Amino acid sequence: MKLSRWFALSALALISSAPAMAKDWKTVTVAMEGSYEPWNMTDASGKIVGFEVDILNDVCARMKVECKIVAQDWDGVIPGLTAGKFDVVMDGMSITEERMKTIDFSIPYASSPVAFIANKNGPLAKLSNAGKMIDLSKDDADSKAALDTLRKELAGKNVGLQVSTTEATFGDKYLKDVASVHEYKTTDEHDLDLMAGRIDVAFADTTYFLGTLAKPDAKDLAFVGPQFKGGPILGPGIGAAFRKTDKDLQDMYNKALKAALDDGSVKKYSMQWFKIDITQ
Amino acid sequence: MDTDFYLSTIWSVLKALPLTLEIWFFGVLIGLFVACILTWMRASAFKLARIFSQAYVFVFRGSPLLVQIYLIYFGLSQFDFVRNSSILWPVLRDPMYCTILAMAMNTAAYSSEIFRGALRAVPVGPIEAAKAFGMPALTRFRLIILPMALRLALPAYSTEIILMTKATALASVVTIMEMMGVAQKIQHDTFRPIEVLTCAGLIYLALNFSIARLFAMVEYLLSPHLRPPPEQSQQIKPVPEVL
Amino acid sequence: MEVLTNLQDQFSTAINLLVQGWGLQLLWGIGWTLAVTFVSMLIGAVLGSLVAAAKLSSRGTLKFIGEAYTTVFRGEPELLIIYLFYYGGTQILTGTARSTGAIGATDIINMPSFIGGVLAVGIISGAYQAEVYRGSFLAIMRGELEAARAYGMSAFTRLRLIIVPQVLRLAVPGLGNVWQLTIKDSALISVTGVAELMLSANKAARSTHHSLLFYALAGALYLVMTSISTPIFSKAERYTSRSFVRPK
Repeated sequence: MKLSRWFALSALALISSAPAMAKDWKTVTVAMEGSYEPWNMTDASGKIVGFEVDILNDVCARMKVECKIVAQDWDGVIPGLTAGKFDVVMDGMSITEERMKTIDFSIPYASSPVAFIANKNGPLAKLSNAGKMIDLSKDDADSKAALDTLRKELAGKNVGLQVSTTEATFGDKYLKDVASVHEYKTTDEHDLDLMAGRIDVAFADTTYFLGTLAKPDAKDLAFVGPQFKGGPILGPGIGAAFRKTDKDLQDMYNKALKAALDDGSVKKYSMQWFKIDITQ
Repeated sequence: MDTDFYLSTIWSVLKALPLTLEIWFFGVLIGLFVACILTWMRASAFKLARIFSQAYVFVFRGSPLLVQIYLIYFGLSQFDFVRNSSILWPVLRDPMYCTILAMAMNTAAYSSEIFRGALRAVPVGPIEAAKAFGMPALTRFRLIILPMALRLALPAYSTEIILMTKATALASVVTIMEMMGVAQKIQHDTFRPIEVLTCAGLIYLALNFSIARLFAMVEYLLSPHLRPPPEQSQQIKPVPEVL
Repeated sequence: MEVLTNLQDQFSTAINLLVQGWGLQLLWGIGWTLAVTFVSMLIGAVLGSLVAAAKLSSRGTLKFIGEAYTTVFRGEPELLIIYLFYYGGTQILTGTARSTGAIGATDIINMPSFIGGVLAVGIISGAYQAEVYRGSFLAIMRGELEAARAYGMSAFTRLRLIIVPQVLRLAVPGLGNVWQLTIKDSALISVTGVAELMLSANKAARSTHHSLLFYALAGALYLVMTSISTPIFSKAERYTSRSFVRPK
């Protein structure tokens, strides 16, 4: 008697904690990594805050839906999205052709070139083409020359980057055959290993590195070499990801995001978190 | 069914098998060495050695291997004196050495408990008989205690070693591309976690099965006296009268 | 000396960070870890006793199933099983619901990470518990079972009066080991986003860049959890074997 009541109760708890996602989108679950400063990061009380959280709150208010943020390690965001663990991913994700085969993206809300950081006093501090922006979408002689120089200068070095990112694809294509590429689960792990000296150079988004370099324990680190953007690998910008079957949600989101971009709200958040406008 | 995908995944994961085996082999080997020292300390007459051995086992059995790997890899490298040390840093900067170290220290704790149990399970009778014969301690250990303890420890120790093959999967968290790391990389590129994990699972299963078979064979060879006697019906047949 | 001041610095930053709110995070983490372990042990107990019975059965197929269960779930990396349940659980739930028409063709039923994680750890725990129960059953003296049968006890009465009390008594030390193992396995479900101790420690380590501090703290907390369970289990051992101890 008692036992059967327990079973009934636990069965109820099981069912009620796994609600079927309704199509009318009253609540939307959004996954973020929670350790990708300052895009999204965890504060001391365990709450996720950051640039993308502000955009999300703004967009959700405009869509009139309730948005719930869940933390999800980066390497599980796309499989988790397609498996239905959550409905949207906002995690500084670049819009690329490769990913578009599996998932859909919103319009971009930011753009961030990729760059290298290394020890100021190390051998890689004097990487050529420092600070130069290379647009891979042009695919001209200029970018080819820059890539060749980079490959020559990184030959035999240890490069750290995050798994499953545009940087990882870049690394697979241009660096893997000359340098030793280490793939980390999170970006801060390659920062830690760069500071410890296990890797010679870390490779990630410039906006992310701005946050890294602002930290006191990164005083010996600096940007080195050229920056890259565009092209099929790096893509046109950063957007929110959706399942291919959720076109309605994607449309709602795009409309709200467009409005937030047009009235300058997103720019305001960008200034607040990055001190620069990264919406262009 | 996408047979090509499965086959290519299995092939890619299999290419990382040597690395997995390398972590496993050195982890177990160093672990065995440390375990012997720990067991010896535990049985020693010095109280300090006994306490150290006990504390070691307590710490390494009581916390998850994942924590131990993180601590050794990311934790120790935060200390300047570790990074500046010309002895420690060459070992600790390498993720491979870090993982092998963590695995070895972890398995040493478990193995030393197994060895201790086996030593204690050696029956007193033969030891007393050996003493009565006037055998010196070392000979007694070599001829009486060790062979019996080895046989007693083998079943539990083989289980421990099999458990170590799956512990190698944790190396993927510190950027090592062993089988689990490769499987995760494929999963990131193809976004098909279930298929990829199933392939990796099959390989681990085959690996464990072969190691288990190997140990069953060793156990069989080491215990001829425990085998059932040849059956009664297998009597020597009369020689056929062909001569 | 330099090492000492270094340690002192570490200590004061540690206190600061914990007071800021990370301490509370870790406490919640402990709560979740214990919850995961407890529920997983229960799931494991049910599965484990069934599998043990299958392994002891005289029927070939049952024996094979039991054998396969323990081989697979003790031999596969825990991480792999946990990932499989994490991604696979939702696919199976959604697939069944879609095929029965309970939900639309594009709707999804998500298996919550907690349930997926607990099922995975529970199934692994069940494989180890099965071995413990099987060993305890084999340790019951044959004579007692035969005597019970000779008395004409029914199978159920035999199970209730002879087998279960003795298996439980003999299994307690083994279960203590499985409990510790399950606590440690629960650390791996941090990869699925369940906010247990390992994940809270990981979050704290990543956000504050004090990895050594938080991993060491997590390690120590796991030690505390595994070590308090030892006296509890030895008490349970004394309780279950109270009729076997000679009065002093």
